[in-house]
Amino acid sequence: MTHVQRGNFWRVLAASEGWSRFKRSKLALTGAVIVVFVTLVALVGPFLVVQNPYDLSALQLGDAYKPPIWSEGGTMPFILGTDQQGRDMLSAIVYGSRVSLFIGVAGTLLASALGITLGLISGYYGGRIDALIMRIADIQLSFPSMLIALFLMSVLGRGVANILLSLTLVGWVRYARTVRGETLSVKKSEYIEATRVIGLPDARVLRRHILPNVFASIIVLSTIQVGSFILTEATLSFLGLGVPITRPSLGMLCNDGFSVLYSGLWWVSILPGLYIMIIVFGINLLGDFLRDEMNPRLR
Amino acid sequence: MFQFIAKRLVQLLVVLFAVSLIVFVLTSVMGNPVYLMLRESATPEEVHAVTQALGLDKPLPVQYGIFVKNALSGNFGRSYMYHLSALSLIIERLPATLELVFVAVLLSAVVGIPCGVIAGAYPRSLFSKSVMSLSIAGISMPSFWIGMVMIYFFSLYLGLLPVSGRGEVGVFLGIRTSLATADGWAHILMPSVTLALGNVATIMRLTRAGMQENMKQDYIKFARSKGVSRFRLLFGHALKNTLIPVVTIFGLQLGSLIAFTTITETIFAWPGMGKLLIDAIHSADRPIVAAYILFVAVLFVFINFVVDILYVFIDPRIDLR
Repeated sequence: MTHVQRGNFWRVLAASEGWSRFKRSKLALTGAVIVVFVTLVALVGPFLVVQNPYDLSALQLGDAYKPPIWSEGGTMPFILGTDQQGRDMLSAIVYGSRVSLFIGVAGTLLASALGITLGLISGYYGGRIDALIMRIADIQLSFPSMLIALFLMSVLGRGVANILLSLTLVGWVRYARTVRGETLSVKKSEYIEATRVIGLPDARVLRRHILPNVFASIIVLSTIQVGSFILTEATLSFLGLGVPITRPSLGMLCNDGFSVLYSGLWWVSILPGLYIMIIVFGINLLGDFLRDEMNPRLR
Repeated sequence: MFQFIAKRLVQLLVVLFAVSLIVFVLTSVMGNPVYLMLRESATPEEVHAVTQALGLDKPLPVQYGIFVKNALSGNFGRSYMYHLSALSLIIERLPATLELVFVAVLLSAVVGIPCGVIAGAYPRSLFSKSVMSLSIAGISMPSFWIGMVMIYFFSLYLGLLPVSGRGEVGVFLGIRTSLATADGWAHILMPSVTLALGNVATIMRLTRAGMQENMKQDYIKFARSKGVSRFRLLFGHALKNTLIPVVTIFGLQLGSLIAFTTITETIFAWPGMGKLLIDAIHSADRPIVAAYILFVAVLFVFINFVVDILYVFIDPRIDLR
């Protein structure tokens, strides 16, 4: 691993082999474009859409049941149609994507913080604490994370904070395992031995000398994790065990629209789901590229 | 071998103990069922009587003791909603869930493995690239969404397939299953595809990655120069060595398939134990939730155990200790 000085970072990146592979990979570029797009939509979208879907007084029942403009009966300004309460679907999707993305990103940050800390401790100190943490991880890994999240949410009840807590408890394991493994191998290197010789405190060694070396894997893991958390949240919300109905995420919109799917109002439930898929697809394309980059065997 | 199995069995018990403790603690925190069972106008005496009848007035450790004792004899209490034994309710719905999982596993093996083998053998081909993009799309879709799309397209728009339910149940080899009737197959098609989709994608990607690595090995070059046919080279030599991680994933995926039946069954109103769980959660039916989690825990631990042993048969290089 070459040491990069801060000022040179972008120049070095632009000249690197990875960057040129990135520019050549259509899939990775598509992923990057999607991720940039959905981020922009979440940030500036609310200023562009026709209504605030949370403001019930802005909704008019007379606008209800409008299909998207490309089908018969659709009218402007409801480009993607309206739901059974007269809510503009495009506005609902834009606002909903903010909730979904927030939960995906915040959940990943929390899960990674917990997982990285436990992984570093486990790998660096070893012994009993390591055995304990890894046993818990083993037990947890023998259950599908979806089921654990489902169970936790059924106990905790709906709410954004509860979802974040569940995702943290579900997601830390993979971080802890990866970080532990890499810490174990980094620990043996001579420069870590050197830090011991000059008597640096453990906290500093962990933070300044070990953490930077495991960072690459953390980035790969986190990219994929954001996508998978968005899906988990969507699924929980779809089952009615996720976000509250007052600030619906994309999954909650699907749940809400599912009841009218049978009356032929497909756009109310299928369009929010389609946007979930686009978001996660973009994230996974990027994540896939990053993972292949980090695994030189497949290059 | 015996030592290995004994050691695994001990670990298994530890896991089950931990799970039972967690399930007990968490389910006793979950909403008070007494208020769900009574009218809103119930008097304090009535509330007290029901609390006592459910044994909820005793201290928690005592409740846990009773819980474990009963659980060991298969008694998780009566469902608050159905007034039947929780475990028997689950067992009764098990076949419906298992047939769904069975068809999904079959689909993922029959579609996932061959696609993965060919994509892995020719990684630069158009086929491989489309398989990769499709599989990323597959794991990016919320499974409930693909279910909704299929319901809309095949049932409401084309009117081809039934929207929900299990259909006619026939008897095959003494087992009552929808797989024995044509109507049952029409009903199971969409739910099982919904369930299998993510799994197919995972299996495909894993097989492809394994094939890619194996195709670079010397033994493949040797077999090729020996004049082994293309088909045997791919599906005989290379696939055999790729299968090890694939089998593990099959084992692990079996667990997550069972977990995801909760969603599939909810969408398609499939009368399995997943739907039972979701209904129970919504009505705070503690005994069913507790029984489901523990039942599934036993199932998963057992699956993992079997996969571990299978390992040894597939790959003699693995050391049991």
